[in-house]
Amino acid sequence: MTDEVLISATNVGMIRGARKLFAGIDLRVSSGELLVLRGANGSGKTTLLRILAGLTAPMVGNVELRSTHHWIGHLNGLKPFETVESHLKLWGRTWGGGSARAFSEFGLESYGSVSVGLLSAGQKRQLALARLLLVHRDIWLLDEPFASLDHKARQILSMLIEEHREKGGCVVIAMHERLEVQPTSEVTL
Amino acid sequence: MKPAPFMSAVRQALNEAWSKGGGLVLPLAFFFGVGMLVPFGVGMRADVLTQVSSGVVWIALVISSFVTLERLYQADLEDGVLELRIQETQPLAEYALAKTLAHWLVSGLPIALVSPLLGIMLQMPVEILPLASLCYGLGSLGFFSWGGFGAALSASVRRGGLLIALIILPLYVPTVLFGVLTLATFGTDQMIVNFTFLLATTIFALAICPFATSFALRMTAD
Repeated sequence: MTDEVLISATNVGMIRGARKLFAGIDLRVSSGELLVLRGANGSGKTTLLRILAGLTAPMVGNVELRSTHHWIGHLNGLKPFETVESHLKLWGRTWGGGSARAFSEFGLESYGSVSVGLLSAGQKRQLALARLLLVHRDIWLLDEPFASLDHKARQILSMLIEEHREKGGCVVIAMHERLEVQPTSEVTL
Repeated sequence: MKPAPFMSAVRQALNEAWSKGGGLVLPLAFFFGVGMLVPFGVGMRADVLTQVSSGVVWIALVISSFVTLERLYQADLEDGVLELRIQETQPLAEYALAKTLAHWLVSGLPIALVSPLLGIMLQMPVEILPLASLCYGLGSLGFFSWGGFGAALSASVRRGGLLIALIILPLYVPTVLFGVLTLATFGTDQMIVNFTFLLATTIFALAICPFATSFALRMTAD
């Protein structure tokens, strides 16, 4: 494992409406690192994460991702007509990956044929997070990933993040609560 | 396993159309509903109906193409699937093309296949029915391509259905024009020329719309 820089952002700034959200943000995230974006509601955590993901163009500055990434946004990306199984199979096919571990890690196999519309908020979140395991991608961008998860699922996710870092990946999380795992660096907006 | 983003997008769009309870039935019902009103409007005289029939079916096709457009990308935007698709490594235009083709398979193709029925009801000459069906099939592919662009532009607008209609109706004109001309000049040398132009408008729409749609989708998701 090397200290390869996976994400670099220089002088990123953003204006929303007539308000400056943030300016002069410089980020470098290397393999094995965990960066946590903190800040009050409305401070721009999600916007910064979306800028890193390429979903939103920054007003100023540059962002470079040197590898492929997984995105778990505020929206889960689930269709109400899908079942747990068909969702993971669909994205498995899209990305060309297997789904055995994605099923087992969060214990999703016990309700594989249940349609997404019948899942609880926490179960939906777990299903979205299970996509992280379909194929390996170096960068994980997670927006409030712990929201609506129960204690056990939070532990599993913390464990997965640790494991991903050990494999040389990096993780950027936007969240306002404290985390079970120790971040390498924090940015407060 | 090899990544198959295009096929998976087609499959997801097909499933979505099916799951919405009558993804297939609703456009068909509109198509027949509009067509069946015409004899009440223009009278029951066979010669009058024959004269207007091909144009009426085109209008019915235009109207039924709007039925499913509003939710085409709006649903993807609301459930977060659009965000995921935008971040894929392959071009977003590929996704737009997949959505258009799936949408056409569910709404456009069935309408083209049953259009001879409406044609017969409206006294369309029997010998032009096969060609008419082909023209409606091609035309609807063009309509859904432009429609996808309109749907992408207005995906973030609540009740954007009317907005879509305003944006794309002018873009439908060439297709309707050459479609009507092809059928009006049936059996003459001009027919080939008009049909070629109809084909050209469809190919043009298919070639340009996925790219225009992908730009609109990025803007919508931002």
